[in-house]
Amino acid sequence: MPILELNQITMQFGGLTAVKDFDMEINPGEIVGLIGPNGAGKTTVFNMITGVYKPTRGAIIFRDKDITGLRPDLITKLGIARTFQNIRLFKGLSVMENVLIANHLHIKAGFMEAIAKLPRYRAEEKAMIAKSTALLERVGLKDNLNDPAGSLPYGLQRRLEIARALATSPKLMLLDEPAAGMNPKEAEDLTRFIKEIRDEFDLTIFLIEHHMDVVMNISQRIYVLDYGVAIAGGSPAEIQSNQRVIEAYLGVEEDVNH
Amino acid sequence: MRQRDRILTLIAFLLLIGFIYFAEGFLDIYIVRVLNVCAIYAILGMSMNLINGFTGLFSLGHAGFMAVGAYTTALLTMSPAVKEQIFYMTPLIKPLDAIMAPFPIALILGGILAAFVGYLIGAPALRLKGDYLAIATLGFAEIIRVIFTNTQSITNGALGLKGIPAVTNLWWSFGGMILTAVVLLSLINSSYGRAFKAIREDEIAAESMGIDLAKHKNLSFVTGAFFAGIGGGLLGNLLGTIDPKMFSFMFTFNILLIIVLGGMGSITGSIISAFIVTIAQEVLRFLDETMNLGFIVIKGKVGMRAVVFSALLMIVVLFYRHGLMGTTEFSWERFLNWKPPFYRFGKGTIKGCKNS
Repeated sequence: MPILELNQITMQFGGLTAVKDFDMEINPGEIVGLIGPNGAGKTTVFNMITGVYKPTRGAIIFRDKDITGLRPDLITKLGIARTFQNIRLFKGLSVMENVLIANHLHIKAGFMEAIAKLPRYRAEEKAMIAKSTALLERVGLKDNLNDPAGSLPYGLQRRLEIARALATSPKLMLLDEPAAGMNPKEAEDLTRFIKEIRDEFDLTIFLIEHHMDVVMNISQRIYVLDYGVAIAGGSPAEIQSNQRVIEAYLGVEEDVNH
Repeated sequence: MRQRDRILTLIAFLLLIGFIYFAEGFLDIYIVRVLNVCAIYAILGMSMNLINGFTGLFSLGHAGFMAVGAYTTALLTMSPAVKEQIFYMTPLIKPLDAIMAPFPIALILGGILAAFVGYLIGAPALRLKGDYLAIATLGFAEIIRVIFTNTQSITNGALGLKGIPAVTNLWWSFGGMILTAVVLLSLINSSYGRAFKAIREDEIAAESMGIDLAKHKNLSFVTGAFFAGIGGGLLGNLLGTIDPKMFSFMFTFNILLIIVLGGMGSITGSIISAFIVTIAQEVLRFLDETMNLGFIVIKGKVGMRAVVFSALLMIVVLFYRHGLMGTTEFSWERFLNWKPPFYRFGKGTIKGCKNS
């Protein structure tokens, strides 16, 4: 039973078809990669899953529920969290606040209760702080709790973004180029980190990545997009030897003698 | 440390009560009035800061909410006899001409009605962002003003309301100010307040963290409108007369000046800046009068003060965007360790300088 199923999803922006009839499924606990040249429509797929864009056609099924075109915050509440290609932290707020904000969607106490600091709100706030502290400790940010998120070094900002996504208690995590701008050593650490959190938090992970080392190393299955169309899908080994994928990345060799 | 801060706060509070007691009894009526206006402007500043500074919604509709609060409170506190006398052109409509409510209840009703109007405006307008939201809210505020000018049977139209009982004194205005500050500080330090700040920082990220944008923007807008209504009510019952012209864009602009100067995103900054701006407007009154500098006589022009304040706003926006407090709040710790600006310059270190 797949946790996420994309059925023939298509996204058109005016005359431009960014993604065309894309089919995919992810099983619980899997790590699945999505690759393709720049402009292939990878982030558009993410944006459709998370509700930022409403697909022109097709259906997105998450845990047996049709979530096509639902509002992003509702999709997050159902259990899909994401990170962004160009980090989108709440830069002016502290590391702790960033993670606390991601806990807000689970709050039961109402607005007035929160202002009056009634017992139920206080208990929730206390639990939130405990949970966030533990999470930040786990991802290695416990020394930076009160620093402004924007002041962290790049690598830690990436980690914080993942921690923040984890704080929403997701079942499925979408990572948009988590290793972008990292050197091989950092990318290797990140690969290990992603595998660890998958096991610890019982996650399913779907990621876009350009670092081939990372993608091939981490993914059980990979989908390849080119000009909005899926040109291949399968295990890392299959993808690496797929002729069409090689063509998409390296171009077709032309006959020089004509 | 916390113990010390608590004691200091208590002492400051007692001093304030002593001061109000003294001011009400002994100070000049003019000074008392200026202090009242300061406190009311602080309420208006804080409420606008919640919307603009904390939630990042560029709203320019504040004068409209104040008008709703001011008119509601005034109509509920005026005696039937006075109302009959004032509404000589078009009589006041039925139940309103007879009912009266005690001041605190009238104030709260004014706040609630302003909040309700805020909700009606916010529900459609908050779908807009940035400049478009500013234009829409400004438009709505003007619509409220025009409606108030034309519904003679409720608001007495352009004639305005006169003979509003002058109930507002320093106890009411400062009490209102402290209550507003306590409520808003509690709000912004709560989970909901953090959600507001998240929306200010990055709307797309906030939404993908599960924050319902429409709901939280509306909460912020309605809460801000509520306190604007309270501030308006206090103001109407301080001045004794109100008319629709009072609540034009210039009023919103003055409050905007206060929050920008005090720091967008600082409750205590708004209070401090409300006092500075209001007192400065009184002190700088001489700018509107003819000045004789001995060698040259500058002919007075009414409105010179506004020019000074507009220039001040531009300078703050261009060179000192953080305002007085930035996004931080007053703390005893900082207050006690306060050093005059440029204190460190002579010592050959720039360690204390703040970037960005």
